[in-house]
Formats: sequence, structure tokens, C-alpha cells
Amino acid sequence: MGFELILFYVFAAIAIGTTLLVVVQSNPVYSVLLLIGSFIGLAGLYVLLQAPFVAVIQIIVYAGAIMVLFLFVVMLLNAPREELVTSGILESPATRTIGAMLAIAFAAELAWALNRSSTLAWTVTDVTRRPFSVPEIGRRLFQDYAFAFEATSILILVAMIGAITLAGRQLTEGARLKSRPAGDASRTDGGMAEGGRAEGGRAQL
Amino acid sequence: MLSWIPLLPFIGFAINTFGARRLPAKAIGAIASLAMFAAFVVSVVAVGRLTAQPADSREIVQTLFTWIGSADFQVPLALRLDPLSALMILVVTGIGFLIHVYSTAYMIEEEPHEYARYFAYLNLFAGFMLLLVLGENFLVLFVGWEGVGLCSYLLIGFWYQKGVAADAGKKAFIVNRIGDVAFVLGVLLAFSQFGTVSFRELNGVIAGLPAESSFGVVSAIALLLFIGATGKSAQIPLYVWLPDAMEGPTPVSALIHAATMVTAGVYLIGRNAVVFAHAPEVLTIVAVIGTATALWAGAIGMVQNDIKRVLAYSTVSQLGYMFMAMGVGAFTAGIFHLFTHAFFKALLFLGSGAVIHALAGEQDLRHMGGLKKELPVTYWTFLIGAIAIAGVPGLAGFFSKDEILYRTFAGGHQLLWVVGAVTSLMTAFYMFRLVFLAFHGERRHAPVAQGFSPAYPVVHDSHHAHLHDAPMAMAIPLVVLAIGSVVAGYLNVPAGLGGSAVLERFLEPSLHVPAMEGAHAAADHADHALEIVLMVVSSAIAFAGIGLAAFLYLKRTDIPDALVAKFPGVYLFLVRKGYIDELYDAVVVQPIKALSEGVLWKADARVIDGAVNGTGQIVVETGSLVRRVQTGSVRTYAVSVLFGAVLVVGYFLWS
Amino acid sequence: MAELNHYLVLSGVLFTIGTAGVLLRRNVITVLLSLEVMLNAVNLSFIAFGRFLGSSDGQIIVFFVITVAAAEAAVGLALVIALFRHVETLNPDAFRQLRG
Repeated sequence: MGFELILFYVFAAIAIGTTLLVVVQSNPVYSVLLLIGSFIGLAGLYVLLQAPFVAVIQIIVYAGAIMVLFLFVVMLLNAPREELVTSGILESPATRTIGAMLAIAFAAELAWALNRSSTLAWTVTDVTRRPFSVPEIGRRLFQDYAFAFEATSILILVAMIGAITLAGRQLTEGARLKSRPAGDASRTDGGMAEGGRAEGGRAQL
Repeated sequence: MLSWIPLLPFIGFAINTFGARRLPAKAIGAIASLAMFAAFVVSVVAVGRLTAQPADSREIVQTLFTWIGSADFQVPLALRLDPLSALMILVVTGIGFLIHVYSTAYMIEEEPHEYARYFAYLNLFAGFMLLLVLGENFLVLFVGWEGVGLCSYLLIGFWYQKGVAADAGKKAFIVNRIGDVAFVLGVLLAFSQFGTVSFRELNGVIAGLPAESSFGVVSAIALLLFIGATGKSAQIPLYVWLPDAMEGPTPVSALIHAATMVTAGVYLIGRNAVVFAHAPEVLTIVAVIGTATALWAGAIGMVQNDIKRVLAYSTVSQLGYMFMAMGVGAFTAGIFHLFTHAFFKALLFLGSGAVIHALAGEQDLRHMGGLKKELPVTYWTFLIGAIAIAGVPGLAGFFSKDEILYRTFAGGHQLLWVVGAVTSLMTAFYMFRLVFLAFHGERRHAPVAQGFSPAYPVVHDSHHAHLHDAPMAMAIPLVVLAIGSVVAGYLNVPAGLGGSAVLERFLEPSLHVPAMEGAHAAADHADHALEIVLMVVSSAIAFAGIGLAAFLYLKRTDIPDALVAKFPGVYLFLVRKGYIDELYDAVVVQPIKALSEGVLWKADARVIDGAVNGTGQIVVETGSLVRRVQTGSVRTYAVSVLFGAVLVVGYFLWS
Repeated sequence: MAELNHYLVLSGVLFTIGTAGVLLRRNVITVLLSLEVMLNAVNLSFIAFGRFLGSSDGQIIVFFVITVAAAEAAVGLALVIALFRHVETLNPDAFRQLRG
């Protein structure tokens, strides 16, 4: 229906617009917030694609947890605005040409892939088919994809440990930031890395 | 039991090698000589057992173990005693023993460990020589062949500190090597064509074939073996090492270069008589080369001034006679001459050694004279040897040389006979020239301050030399050999003189060659009249030579110098040995050296080293190139990841 | 209604924007953000295919992608913090110690 198409374009515009700004503009805080906006646009698209559960998950987990994490780090590090200074060899003419060529090749491939896919015979299912219900997805997830599920759990655990180890305060004579507030201010992000279970983080600053 | 014959000298070698610095000189000499004597005794016993067998199956074989065992190619380390090798082992051990005894006195002025080294090498040589003649197949023979070549090198270069001696040793070994290549090719050819390296089998197979009318496989084998023989037995073109080999101690010259090693080539032909008999063209080559060598060497020997050089060329010349005999099919005559020659040539060398010893190192004939009174034993034994080699009737040389000449003439090779007769004249002449110059007349003293051999490093002044005759250890071998020079000939008195040709009949099973036809049929002694005529002619030649020498060197001693003045070109040509050494150097040695240097500097240094170093260099360069990929910059890595992704996706899109 | 192609084109565009961000930005955190953008583009692609093929696999996979993205973001940010402690900059070009 036309309505759906219009909605598509609206959400698409939101997604592209915000994403473009994420990449283009220089303030990292704005970037994070704009990315959240992009997620919202994408969530809308997911609903259009009859995947409401994923849309909700996206907002809760991705936008709600991961982006908050990003925000914490940005603010913790007090990242300066990025200087737009060219840095030597990476901006040399040779690099630019290679980059340009690579970009063109990439774009060409994308176009080609799209072209190929449009010529494939899809059996497009009935658009009036109702979306998959949560129990159905749950069943799929915990039965057919059980192994992947468990593996991912371990992955999250490893990431947690890794993050704590890497970013944790050095107990030995490590480098101390001058700008860090005195005390145990560095005990931060380790506990924030949580995956699919949105339990709500405990911020310790 | 046969294995003891070469083993005993090897044991002597081992003892003297390891006891070199611990045993006194007397013990070393005694051990070495004892080893030889023991080998002689065992040889006598073995030959006794051999002769106890019936005449047509005289053979003792002892197989020690299977040396090479690979499928069809089985080669045992086996020794075989038959009449031919019986004769050889008696000569080697008997005369070898005498020379060992002689050496104990001759080499006495060496340092004890040098003394030991000498006797160790001498024993080693004897062991290898015995292995050579007792070998049941080509490979065992070759072990001995190479071994005697090695010992020849070691002994010629015994005084290695003297550059000339070291060079002479090298020359001997290298020239021998050239012959050895041909030898090995011959053996390989025989194996590839007939499937065996055993003498008996090979001779058996070839005996069944008809004689070749043109140059075929058997001729090729025979020719290759002959070339190997020319190396070992100093014939044209590979004789050049033998005169230089006189740099070694005189007993070495006596043993190796007169009595034994140089006879290995003759032995080889005798051992393979059947092969040669079936290759008439090669036999012609053998005869021609033998005769030519005899003549050429005799001519050079006439004008040499070093006593040992004269004897060396004489040896080459007499070896030529042996090959001439083999070439006309008179195999027995050749071996017979080998036998008698061993006696008188060893005697002559040992006698010259006594002279040199007495004169404290003087070897130049022009500085000798009048030694007859002062060295009586040496003189009389030497004289006997000279008479024998000259071919005076009644002594050994007469019988053997005459046999050769008779067979040559009777076999239809009159031209060869003429050359042989001329050479006979030369032999008698140069031999007695040597006798008269060394022993007769008045002493011609050398100018002071000429040291010749390191064994006598003292600057010798022959005015003051103690002229003593040979000590007992040297004199006794001289006497024994002198007796042998007289008596040995009677072993094979031909029927024409009423004898029974014992040796010929003894050697017949080894050297019997059935079905030799045509020009190479060994003429038998049916024609007694011709034989006697030729004998008279030979004797006349001998006396003529002696007389000429006497005339020129006793009576009218001015004539030789006048002749030299009149024919300076000829004289120089002969004295300089026909410039053959210079020729070989220019044609063979220098090109090889140039080639080797070229290969070294161009091929090896540039190409091979370049390739090897270049490979390393390439790796280093590639490394430093590739290293630039590691920019350390994360963004570059990200780009490369993207690049890879583009490629992979492109691949999937394509297919 | 929107065809599959529409979604795929959109996904491609978003992916390209994300790639450009990863390669061109000189702030590490922004690079990580761009990485998230790329992942999202892929998510969209998965969901679209899942919808048009009538399979729930698309959604499941997106599930996992989100999870892994979270883990990766956590570790990545931890690394950024650790790096920032040594060199007070967020410019990825500043870290060249592994230069061969």
C-alpha cells in the first residue's frame, strides 16, 4: 500500500539523515545522540518489516544500554573536539587515489549485488502474513539456535572480564590520568557491559 | 690361507704406524722385513700346494666375503691363486723382502718416526700389490691397483719437504689417475656387455666368441684396459711420471718402479690374455706402443747423466719389451721377462743406491769414477746385473729378451724385431756406459756444496766422503739378487737349446689362449734353426753394444763430447727428454688449469655464490619491502580489510 | 509497498556511510560508532530478507548481532580508555608503535 511506502521513506530519511550526521559532524556527544536517533528510525523500519520484537529489543538494548555506555565513555574521557588537520602520509595523493578507487569498487559491487538480487526469483510471501510472535521466536532461539545462544553468553562473559581487565584501575604503578578525579573513579564500565538481558546498569563513578 | 699373504704386510703396516714413536728403529725395520718374509713363506707354501694339484686345474680360490651384493651384481672379496699369480706373489714377496732388508741400512739416517713411516708405507704397498695380483676379479684388483698408486705417491714424495719430490709424487698419482679412468671404463664396459667382473667368468665367456676382425666391444674393453696399463706401467703416452719418480728413496725405486708396481700393467694383460687374444687390432696397438716406448726410452737413457734416471728410462724401455711380447701374442715370454727383469733391475737400483750411499748423496755420473776399487761388492753385483740386462748369453736377461725377440720375428713382425734389436743395442750401450762412467777410470769430483737428497743433508764434499762399501744389510740382498739374475733365466730354457721350458709349461693354464689365429698366433719353437740364428744375432748385438760403450768411455773418452758438439740439436732433444713434459704441460696441464680457474672464478664465485648470496639478498630485500605494509596505523589496516572484503565479494559475485 | 530492493538499497547506503566513518574519522569513539552503524545496516538487511522469505531466522540472527555488538562495544571502549591513559588523545593515527 502507498501508506506503507510513505512510512518507509519517512523512516528511511530519518535513518539516513541521522547516520550521515553521526559520521559527519565533529562533536562526539552529538554523534552518540544522533545515532540513537538513527536507531529509532531503524526500529520503525523493523516494525514495517513485521519484526516488532526486534525493534523493541533494539531500542532497549542498543539505544538504551550500549549507547549509554558510549556516552559514559565520551564524557569520562572528556574527548576534545576533533581537529580537522591532515596527517601526513595518510592524506598523500597516493592514498587518496587508492581510497577513491576502493570506494568506487565498493560502490560498484554494491550496485552489482543489488542488480543480481533483483533478478533472482524470490518467492515473496503474502504481505498480510502476521508477524512472528514472541513465543515463536523464543522457540526458534532456544531450540534451533541453542548452541549459538549459549556461546554468545560465554562471549558476553568474556567481554565483561576483558573490559574490566583492560579498563580497570591499575593496582600496580600504572599511569594515572592527571584529569581523573582522585579516588576510585576508574571503576566504571566493567559492569555496564550487559547483553540481551537489560537488567539496568549500576553506575559506579 | 691365501688371505694371509696380503694380510701380513698390512699387519706390519699397522704395527709400524701405531708404534711409530714408541718402537726403536731396529724393531721397526725388523717388523717390516719380518712381515715380508712371513708373506714369502706363506706364498711358497701356497705355491707348493698349487703345484701339488694336477696341471690342468691349478687353482686355489679363497672367498672372504661378499663385498657387493645387490641383486644381479654380486662381487666377492676373493683371492685366486693360479700359476700366473703364483709367480707374481713369489716375486713380490721375495724381492720385496730383500728390499726391506736393504732399506733397514739405507734409510738409517732418517729420524725414527720417518723411518717408521717409510717402512709402514713400504709394507702397505706390498699388501696392496699382493691384493692386486691375487684378486679374483677386476674390483679386487682395482683396490690393489689404486692402493699401489697411493703408496707410490706416498713413497715418491717421502721427502715431501723437498718441492721436487712432492711434485713428482703428485705427477705420478695424477698421470696414473688418467690411466685409471680408462681402466674403470674398461671394467664397466666388460660388465655391461658380459655381466661379470670376475676374470675366470669373463675369460670363459669371451673364449667362446670368435676373434674380432674389426673394432668391436671386446676390442674396446681391451683397449681401455691397455690404456690403464700404460699409466701404471709407464708406456707411451703416460710414462712421464716414472723418471720424475726417481726423487723417491732408491729402494722405493727398486721395489715399486722396477720390480713390482710397474709390472702391474703387464700382469693385467696377462691375466686377461683371452680378452686381448680376441682383439687382434688392439694387440697390434699394444705391440707397436711397447716397441716404440722401448726405443724412445732407450734413446733418452743413452744421454742421461743421473744414475737413477738412466735406470728409470731403462725400466720404461724394458717394460716396452714386455708389452711388445704381449702384443705379438707371446704372453709367456712377456711374463718371463717381467720375472727376470725384476731381479736384475732391482739389483741395479739397489746397487746404484749403494753407490749413492757411499758417495753421500752424489747421483751425477759425471762426478763419479773409479769406484771399482773402493766398492768391490757393489761393483761386481752391479756388473752382473748390467751383463744380465744387456742380454749376454748365459744370464737371465738373455733368455727372456731373446724369447721375446724370437717370437716377434717368428710371428711375422720383422719390423718390430728390427726396432727391438736396435733397442737391444742401445740397452747394452747405455748400461755399460753407466758402468764405465761410475766404476771405471778416475774419479771426477763434483764441485763442493751440492746437496742432492735430504737423507744426506750434509753438504758433501766427495773428497772427504768415507767411501765404504755397502754394509751387510745392503750387501746381502745385492748378492742374492745377483745370483738370481744369473739363475732365473734357466727357468725357461727353450727347447731349441735343449731345455724344457719349465716356466712356459707352468704358466700355460693361465696364459693359454685357444684359437688364436693369424698374425698373432704364438709361434712355437718348432723352428729350432731360426731360433739359434736369432740367438746368435742377439748375442752379437749385446757384445757390440758393450764394446761400443767400452770404446767411447774407456778408450777414446774424447769422442762423446765431440759427438755432442757435432749434433747439438739431437743431443739436446734427447737430454731434454724430447720436451714431452713441456708438451704435456702446454697442451694438457695449462688448459686444465685455465679451465679450472675460469670455473672457479666465473662459475663458482659468480654464478653459484651469486645465486646463494642472491637468494639471501632477495629475501632481505623482499622483507624490507613487505615490511612497509606494517604501517602501524589502524586506519590503514582498516582500509586493507575493506580491500580484502571487496575482493572476496567480487569473487562471489563473479561466480 | 516497499519492495525488498528498497530495503537493500537503504541498507547499502547506511553501510557505506558507516564504512566511510570508520575509515575517515579521526576520533576513535566516532570510529566505534560508525562501526555500530555498519552493524545496524546489516541488521536491516537481515530483517528484510527474513520478512521477504517468510522465515524467522532473520530476526534471530539480528538478535545475536546485537549481542555481539554489545560485547564488542564494551571491549572496544575499554581499550579506548586504556589507551587514553597513556596518550591523551583519541586520534587513531597517534598509535603507531606496531610499525614494522
